[in-house]
Amino acid sequence: MAADAAPGTAVRFEPNLMRRKLAGTIFLGLCLLAVGALLLTLVVLLWDILSRGLPWLDAQFLTGAPSRRTERAGVLPALVGTIEIAVLVALITFPVGVAAAIYLEEYAKDNRLNRLLRTNIANLAGVPSIVYGIFGLALFVRGLGLGSTLIAGALTLSLLILPVLIIASMEALRAVPRAQREAAFALGASRWQVVRGSVLPAAAPGILTGIILAMARAIGETAPLILVGAVTFVTFLPNPVASGYTVLPIQIFQWAGDPRSDFQSLAAAAITVLLVLMVVLNGLAILIRARLSRHLAW
Amino acid sequence: MEKEPPVTLTSPTRAPNGSQSPGVPIRITASSDARRPSAPASSDASESATTIRLEGISCWYGGFRAIRDVSLDVERRRITALIGPSGCGKSTLLRTMNRMNELVPSFRLEGRVTFDGTDIYGRAVDPVVVRRRVGMVFQKPNPFPKSIYDNVAFGPRVNGFKGNLDELVERSLRRAALWDEVKDKVRESGLSLSGGQQQRLCIARTIATEPEVILMDEPCSALDPRATLQIEELMAELSRDYTIVIVTHNMQQAARASDTTIFMTMADDRAGYIVERGPTLRIFTNPEQRLTEDYVSGRFG
Amino acid sequence: MTTASAPFARRTPVRERLVEAFLLLSAAIGVLTTVGIVAVLLIEAIEFFRLVPLVDYLTGTVWSASIKPFRFGALPLVTGTLLVAGLALTIAVPLGLASGIYLAEYASPRVRMVLKPVLELIAGIPTVVLGFFAINFVSPVLLKSLVPGIGGFSVLAGGIVVGILVTPLIASLSEDALRAVPRSLREGAVAMGATKFEVVRRIVFPAALSGIMASIILAMSRAVGETMAVVLAVGANPQLTVDVRESVQTMTAFIVQISLGDTPAGSIQFKALFAVGATLFLMTLALNLLSDRVVARFRNRY
Repeated sequence: MAADAAPGTAVRFEPNLMRRKLAGTIFLGLCLLAVGALLLTLVVLLWDILSRGLPWLDAQFLTGAPSRRTERAGVLPALVGTIEIAVLVALITFPVGVAAAIYLEEYAKDNRLNRLLRTNIANLAGVPSIVYGIFGLALFVRGLGLGSTLIAGALTLSLLILPVLIIASMEALRAVPRAQREAAFALGASRWQVVRGSVLPAAAPGILTGIILAMARAIGETAPLILVGAVTFVTFLPNPVASGYTVLPIQIFQWAGDPRSDFQSLAAAAITVLLVLMVVLNGLAILIRARLSRHLAW
Repeated sequence: MEKEPPVTLTSPTRAPNGSQSPGVPIRITASSDARRPSAPASSDASESATTIRLEGISCWYGGFRAIRDVSLDVERRRITALIGPSGCGKSTLLRTMNRMNELVPSFRLEGRVTFDGTDIYGRAVDPVVVRRRVGMVFQKPNPFPKSIYDNVAFGPRVNGFKGNLDELVERSLRRAALWDEVKDKVRESGLSLSGGQQQRLCIARTIATEPEVILMDEPCSALDPRATLQIEELMAELSRDYTIVIVTHNMQQAARASDTTIFMTMADDRAGYIVERGPTLRIFTNPEQRLTEDYVSGRFG
Repeated sequence: MTTASAPFARRTPVRERLVEAFLLLSAAIGVLTTVGIVAVLLIEAIEFFRLVPLVDYLTGTVWSASIKPFRFGALPLVTGTLLVAGLALTIAVPLGLASGIYLAEYASPRVRMVLKPVLELIAGIPTVVLGFFAINFVSPVLLKSLVPGIGGFSVLAGGIVVGILVTPLIASLSEDALRAVPRSLREGAVAMGATKFEVVRRIVFPAALSGIMASIILAMSRAVGETMAVVLAVGANPQLTVDVRESVQTMTAFIVQISLGDTPAGSIQFKALFAVGATLFLMTLALNLLSDRVVARFRNRY
């Protein structure tokens, strides 16, 4: 197996370096353009909302109820409805979601049934929110006879965010190093003792942030609640078990649907309130993640 | 051409304190001339014997100094081995020769590295061009998830090859001693080959860009002994046409396969430096430095 | 503490058994929900198809649910949905991929620290807010000045805001796919004299292709299921058209329209809501499963 002709004789390269580099530069330029377009869109969006909404955002707005007289309209019932629903959703999904995550991550052996469960949760996370609304209408409002109450809405939203919460909690549990579990097992602890004593505390920051982020998502949902009967002109404070309630996104929807300029401004103001709530929740999540992770650093 | 009888270094050397450590038997066959009866170091008188020269090289990763003041010449069309204990900076040193260290943002280099007389870190020099002429084979075979053909053709295509690509691919695979094994399946994935075959594929694609120097960073450490031997035989063949610098932590490999050996170690501050450099035969049978002698007889590292 | 018969036997306290049962039940809620959704949609949809032949529904080109004579041809709704989603993708794929590639291959850590939260911010915007943006800016300012003859509601407006909505999804999923490509492959390419762009274009991007395709399919699924932004931006005019300047009605918009109105529970419109819901569910399910298949089938061994 003799080596063939010496290198360099029959081989021609035209490296064309400048053109190749130029192609790279153009590509990078396009990428930056795309990123810039996104940033610009965000800025324009926020400016559009804040410039319209901030002038209308005053104490009266925050404490008043919707009214045909736009200068007296307020967002209180919607705000209270949003907060009530958020709390309810958190209370419902926290035990169920974390429990499901614990089971799937810590207890379930790798057999067909459990893989089915996991795939199932992943698929549920991809179902459009409006389908959850349809399901909630059939199950909670009509099937269980709860009617168009806030509790029915809360249950519907809970089902909606449950898959997301389960997945996030599973990831938080998975992030706990095996060594922690093995040490506890080696000391003769039962599985539940290991989970409760070692794994859960370590995964707590991740799970907490998961819940908060899920809540942030829930308070922005509109379509499912429309389906389960949240109404759009509510002037009284909602009672969870009585009919008739509204939330911020639905109030926004109602105002935005009215072409008159004042109502558009009201919508903008309400959006501002909603965005502030979401920023607070997200900020809380980040804070918790930073604080508690530090304390539990391993 | 008469071969000198092989020299076997088996007797243990004695340490000053009287302790004796069994030396590892290292067979050293006669050096380079036996492998290449007719190829002198340079093909004509005007071409210098040195292809790459390092002068006063020091490197840092951020605040950590990895190499201290290294100078060496790499001889054209010879196999130079870089040996030394783990972590002493052999790979870093190797990578200064094709500017691969620059992929790490915190890397900094002082000194001069010249290739055929040109400073490759000069401002007018583009690392992309350097890497075409100084190729590299890595520790763990890393063929692209493409066909065997496309793996070999990648370098030429990217570098604007004008000519018969099929011919170039076949030639490169032949030179890498892989053609017979894959000639019927060049459209299959490169990942379907065995470890040794994958490494030869990586060698084939490296030589497809017609480099002048091939750097090898522990190319056999992920391979079984039989594949290792195949690669070493391949290296001997390749060194007729290419200059080869190989980093290895396997002393027997360095002794078997190389013409020149450079021994590095790290100082107390963990910066690497060259202890001794010279013909392989001498380094392994009659080293000048105490440290070298300790290392090649297996007493540390 | 041991018992006489089995030195290492440990009686699991009842409490722990209960805990385990609770855990299992919670996990099962996932399955129960899926079964429930399918059952509900199926039952009511079947009711609907007793009244409206399936063939008419699938091939009919006129949808008139509230105005007599009632016609229930679903094509206008389906094409409306697909038009908006398709338009959204033509915006989101280039923007999302470019951003994803930039984040994965070019951006410095400092830039990433700013850019990633910005993308998550856009992803977290409630869709009703995007609908507001469509009404107040996209339609009256942007489109009115660029597209002659466009009305207040249009497929274009909906496509643009839904595109904004799903861009972060494509960006972050493709960024993950690109970053998963091992360093060894990149180093191999760089060592052969490829420029950075060539490494990305010829080695990294093809290696990450399955993950990238999956992200695009998921974005399509998300766009198909989008409701509020579409309701506000596209309107409620169920007509069969491909003119993106027109107002159409998507499946989701129809569902909202019915639930906002005073539709009695047993009426045909009410049943139609479930039929359309079932159609929507099947479409997004198919897309999600396709996305999983794409990842599994084309996954490269590195």
